[in-house]
Amino acid sequence: MRKAFVETLVDLAGRDERIFLVTADLGWSALEPFADRFPRRFLNVGVAEQNMLGIATGLAKIGYVPFAYSIANFSSMRCYEQFRNGPVFHGLPVRVIGMGGGFSYGHAGPSHFSLEDLALARLQPGALALAPVDSAQTRSILLQLQAVPGPAYLRLDKTEEPDIPALNGLFAFNAPQLVRPGNDLLLLSTGSIAQEALKASDLLQNHGIAAAVAVQAHLSFRAEDALIDLLRTHRAVVTVEEAFRTGGLGSLVAEAIAVHGLSCRLCNQGVNLPLDGVTGSREYMRRRHGLDATSLADRARLFLQELS
Amino acid sequence: MVPTTLAPLTDLKRMSRTMRAWIITQSFDSKVGHIGSALSVVEIMAVLWGRVLRGAGTSAPDRDYFVLSKGHAALALYCAFRWNGLIDAATFQTYCKDGTLLGVHPEVGTPGVDIAAGSLGQGLSIACGLAYGLKLRGSEARVYTLLSDAECNEGQVWEAAMFAAHQRLNNLTALVDVNGMQALGRTRDVLDLGPMKRRWQEFGWLARDVNGHDEAELLAALEENRIQEDGPFVVLAHTALGKGVSFMEDRLEWHYRNLTPELAKKALAEIAQAEEP
Repeated sequence: MRKAFVETLVDLAGRDERIFLVTADLGWSALEPFADRFPRRFLNVGVAEQNMLGIATGLAKIGYVPFAYSIANFSSMRCYEQFRNGPVFHGLPVRVIGMGGGFSYGHAGPSHFSLEDLALARLQPGALALAPVDSAQTRSILLQLQAVPGPAYLRLDKTEEPDIPALNGLFAFNAPQLVRPGNDLLLLSTGSIAQEALKASDLLQNHGIAAAVAVQAHLSFRAEDALIDLLRTHRAVVTVEEAFRTGGLGSLVAEAIAVHGLSCRLCNQGVNLPLDGVTGSREYMRRRHGLDATSLADRARLFLQELS
Repeated sequence: MVPTTLAPLTDLKRMSRTMRAWIITQSFDSKVGHIGSALSVVEIMAVLWGRVLRGAGTSAPDRDYFVLSKGHAALALYCAFRWNGLIDAATFQTYCKDGTLLGVHPEVGTPGVDIAAGSLGQGLSIACGLAYGLKLRGSEARVYTLLSDAECNEGQVWEAAMFAAHQRLNNLTALVDVNGMQALGRTRDVLDLGPMKRRWQEFGWLARDVNGHDEAELLAALEENRIQEDGPFVVLAHTALGKGVSFMEDRLEWHYRNLTPELAKKALAEIAQAEEP
């Protein structure tokens, strides 16, 4: 996903002189294609995320479209107030890149986990909170963002996983994309953990459960029609996010159900405990918090039993 | 860059005196504090908005930019806007009244304001972004920002200070309103910033100490700055909180207090009796 991000950004910057890349001293072995080709529009501000957001605000004010890059926990939290008071309040097209959301940096431990970023970005009605599920969707989002005059936060993965075939990189603001139909249950996810939801759907198939899979890369401030319509067609939904359970996708769906009086029942899966010092690979951390395919399938089956 | 003509400073002194009176009448009318902070930057605002800034507050593409990082002194900024005709008297009098765009701090959409402020420590970074981008474009516009001395408690100020020096942003001028007073006491007692000049110099800035209530000194420093080439420039403007009103000068409570009719009358009388420019 990171490679797709940089390639697309290079492509866009070749056609659009407003595109600017600012980093808080991260992106080794990733950002070079941009830095080498557009040295005048590449800026490393040092380990200073708050200053980075201020600089991006100033650059955007005079017409640039700055992408402000750091690891997700840093770029979403260390400079959250600067994001709010700068690009959000001023309605400026700063794109904050949160590289490696969720447990991407597993061995680096809790300081490097990013389990709040999307919820924080989603809190701002003046910003877009985006978590593409694969590389193809990352490209789509970057292309569509070109027409967006205000700010956005993008959670991206640094690893390169295969694209989800049935998605074909499709993306629309405020809307989920259905990638697999199914009548018994809906698995709705955001970001790269969609891969686990797909595998969970495979496992449920073995138990005779037809689980639809949909992805919602844009965690909108409020639930819009496309999501509400999708939820109307299902009696049960399991939300899957590599994030704390409150504030993000699960909350968006809960709000949709409650506000619009939907009959769909919700099982919201995400990290549900305070972080401790235990670390490991991303796969291990997902398992530990019940976010791997097997745990998700087990939880979904239990949920359906509870409902019947 | 050719220095602007050094006309007699009586116009700036008259501007300062008028702005000072407007601060008193308007904060009394609106019953809003921060009077002391506004009074301490009157001469700075007069010199910037009366002489130095070119096109600031307009939408001209190559205009100078001004960022009021110490946003709580916005009343003094609005006075300068009124003097320059960027806002009219009726708009000025909406200060801090319901539905106004002229709040305690400069907001998005306030006439003449490019960058909103209110949370200390953030303006210098935005000024850096403006200055870096303008240089990249080959623009001759300059960026000015005004900070408070206590604002320099914020770590982000020094992130930006490092950046500006490293990038040799010679189109950037910071002014620090060194009135020595912060929210709960004197800066030297709360978190000592001294020696301020050496700190900025060690961070790679050209620094000048000036009397922040002397238009001539301020103007001379800013004109010298216009032709300097090495890097960013900081003017340490030594001022007094509440300057120009005897019972407010250097008194902490005038960060907060509102004027009674009697005190407003007394303050206006003192300002009127000050030396005729």
